[in-house]
Amino acid sequence: MTSGPLNMVNPFAVLESPGTLAGDFYARSFEKKAGPNRVILNLGPQHPSTHGVLRVLVELDGEYVVRAEPVLGYLHRMHEKMGEVKTPWQYIPNMGRVDYLHPLAWNWAFVGAAEKLAGLTVPERAEYLRVIGCELNRIGSHLLWWGAFVMDLGGFTPILYAFEEREKINDILQIITGSRLTMANFRFGGVITDADDRFIGLIQEFIPYLRKRLVMYKGLVTDNVILRRRLEGIGPMDVDLCQRYGATGPILRAAGLPRDLRKDCPYGVYPKFNFPIPSGPVNDSFGRYLVRLKEIETSLDIVEQAVNSLPNGPIMMDKAPKVSFKLPAGETYFAVEGARGQIGVHLVSDGGKNPYRVKLRAPGFSNLSLFAEAAKGSLLADAIAILGSLDLVIPEIDR
Amino acid sequence: MFLSLAVFVQIIVAVLLIIGLMVANAVAMVYMERKVAGFIQRRPGPYEVGPRGTLQAVCDSMKLLAKQIYRPGNADLILYYLAPILAFFPVLLLFLPIPFGPYLTPLPVNDGVVLILAFAGLGVLSNLLAGWGSSNKYSLLGAARAVAQTVAYEIPMILALLAVVLLSGSMDLKSITEQQGQWPWEWNVVLQPLAFFIYLISLVAETNRAPFDLPEAESELTAGFHTEYSGMGFALFFLSEYANMLLVSFVAAVFFLGGYRGPIADGFWWLFIKAYLLMFFMVWIRWTFPRVRFDQLLNLNWRWLLPLGLLNLWLTAIVTKLLV
Repeated sequence: MTSGPLNMVNPFAVLESPGTLAGDFYARSFEKKAGPNRVILNLGPQHPSTHGVLRVLVELDGEYVVRAEPVLGYLHRMHEKMGEVKTPWQYIPNMGRVDYLHPLAWNWAFVGAAEKLAGLTVPERAEYLRVIGCELNRIGSHLLWWGAFVMDLGGFTPILYAFEEREKINDILQIITGSRLTMANFRFGGVITDADDRFIGLIQEFIPYLRKRLVMYKGLVTDNVILRRRLEGIGPMDVDLCQRYGATGPILRAAGLPRDLRKDCPYGVYPKFNFPIPSGPVNDSFGRYLVRLKEIETSLDIVEQAVNSLPNGPIMMDKAPKVSFKLPAGETYFAVEGARGQIGVHLVSDGGKNPYRVKLRAPGFSNLSLFAEAAKGSLLADAIAILGSLDLVIPEIDR
Repeated sequence: MFLSLAVFVQIIVAVLLIIGLMVANAVAMVYMERKVAGFIQRRPGPYEVGPRGTLQAVCDSMKLLAKQIYRPGNADLILYYLAPILAFFPVLLLFLPIPFGPYLTPLPVNDGVVLILAFAGLGVLSNLLAGWGSSNKYSLLGAARAVAQTVAYEIPMILALLAVVLLSGSMDLKSITEQQGQWPWEWNVVLQPLAFFIYLISLVAETNRAPFDLPEAESELTAGFHTEYSGMGFALFFLSEYANMLLVSFVAAVFFLGGYRGPIADGFWWLFIKAYLLMFFMVWIRWTFPRVRFDQLLNLNWRWLLPLGLLNLWLTAIVTKLLV
C-alpha cells in the first residue's frame, strides 16, 4: 500500500494484521473455516457470470472448489415489506420487479391469491389471455437463460440469437401489456387489455418460426461436442437432494420427478390444454439444459392451443374491484408454475386497506441453495456452469 | 563478431517496419474481428465511425492511449509495469526471420525455426509476471493457466514444425519456402496433413484464443491475467495478442502453405493472404464455439496431440531416411 502525506496511520490497525482485515464480515468468517493452502475467491457481486449481483464465496484448492457459499442481499428491495404498506392494487406492478424475466407468472400468483381470498371469478377469455401471456413470457425467460448460460460457458454468439427471439416475444406481449420488461396487465377479476387481431396474427406467425429456430439451435449449440463435454455429468443432483432443499421447476423435473403445478394443482384454464411435462432422465447440467429447451416446445404447444380456442367474451368480471379494493380478512396461499419453479404468494389480510402480510415464495431462493452442495469438488469452470444451469434471477432471491 | 553498420541499420529499419505492421495488423484485426463477429451474430458490427466503421479501431486505440492507468494498491510495481512491455517485445523479434518475399527477409538467419521457438517461449513469461504482479487472485489463476497451457502446447507445435524441418532438411525459413512449389498441391500441407492439423490446434491454444482462451476466460476469471490492466498496459497486451496471431499464422503459412509462393507471381501478397485467411479461421471459431474446460484442454494435448505429433515425426523421419 502506498501512503500519501494525507494518509493517516490507522490507529485500529494494530488490533489485527492487514491480512485478516481484508474482506468483509462474510469473507472473514468464511476464511476462518478454510483449510491450509487454500485460496478464498470472491465471485461477485460484480462478476460476469453471476448475472446480476449474486455473490459467491469459494474456497479453492488449486482450481477445485472445496466449499462454496452464496451471499445474498445485494439486490434486496423489500418487496415483501412493500406489500404491507401498499394497497393490493398498488402492489401489482411490484410483481414484475420481483422476477423481471417471468413477470406475468408473478402477476398471476399475487392476483390469484387475492382473487382466491376475495372469492372473485375470472371470465374465461381473461383466463386464456393470462395463459397466453404467461406461456409466451416463459418462453422468453427460457430463451434468455439459454443464451446467458451458453455465454457462461464461453460461447458468446447464442445470446444474441436468443435476444432476437425474445424481442419478438416482447413485441407481441407489448400489445397486451404495454411494456417489455416489467409487465403488469393482470387485475383482480381479469386482465385490462384485450387481444386484437394483430396480437393473434403475430403469435400465429411466431409459433412456426420459433419451432424452426429450435431445430437450428439443436444443431448449432445442443449437439456441439464441446458444450456436451462441458455439461454432461456436471453438478448432478438427485431427487432426494432436490426435495430436501425445496427445489422446484425444471431442476426437480430434470431429476425425473414430473412435478408441475400446471398439472398437479391446476389453476386458470390449464386443465383444458393437452401438454406433456418434460422430465429428464439425469439431473446434471445437461439434463437441466434439455428440460428447459423441451419446456419451450411445451409452452409453444399450450400457446397454440390457447390461441386456436380463444373464446369470446368479457375480459373483466362484472363488478370488478376498483382501485379502492380491500381484501376481506383471512389468509390464503396461491401458487403458480413460473419459469424457475413454484411461485407462491401467502397473503394475510385483516380486512384493512393494506394486506397484513405478503410472503413471496421465490423458486430461485431454494434452487440457489442447491449450489453449495452441487459445486463441492467441482472445477471452478464447472461451478460456473452449475450456477448458470440453476437459472437464477437475483431480485427474486433477495426480494 | 562485429555487427557491420549495414546489418545494424537493416535491423533498425526492419524493427521499425515491423512495429508499423503490428499496429496496422491490430487495427485491421480489430475491425475484421468485430465485423466477422457482427456477421456471425446477425448484427452490423461497428458502422458509425468513418466509412463503414473503419475508423472504429483507431478511435478505440486513441481511447486506450488516453485512459488513466489504474493499478491496484498492493501490486508489485516493477513486475506490473514490466509485464506488458515484455509481452510486446519478444513478438517484435519473432518477425525478423520471416521471409516475406523472395528478396524480403528482415534478418536472414539460417536457423530461423530455433529463433522463433526460443523467443515464442518468452511470451508466456509476461503473462506470468502480469498475473503475479497485479496481486489479484483472478490474475494469478489466469497466469497459472496461461503457463500450463502455453508450455503444454509448445511441444506439439514444435513436433509439427520439426516434421517439416525433417522433410525440407533445413531450418532456414527461406529454403523451407523455396522447396515448396507455386501451386497448392506442391505445398507441405499435402505431405504433412497431420502436422498441419496439430499445428492448427496448437496455434489457437498458443495465442490464447477462444475456444482455448482459458487464461482470460471472461465468464470465470473476469479477464484472467490482465484483469487489473487498463489503458496502455491493456493495449500492449491486446497488441501482442494480435501480433502473436499474425506471427503464428505467418509461420503456418511458411511451413505448410508455401509462404510467399503462390500461383501467377511469388511475393509478400501471398504470405499475407494466407496468414489473414488463417486469422479469419481463428476469428470464426472464436465466435462459434463455447470454451473448453482446463483439464479437457490439457487432456487433448497430452493424450492426443503429443502422441500423434511424435508418431508423425517418427514416420516422417523413417520415410525421409528411406527415400533420400
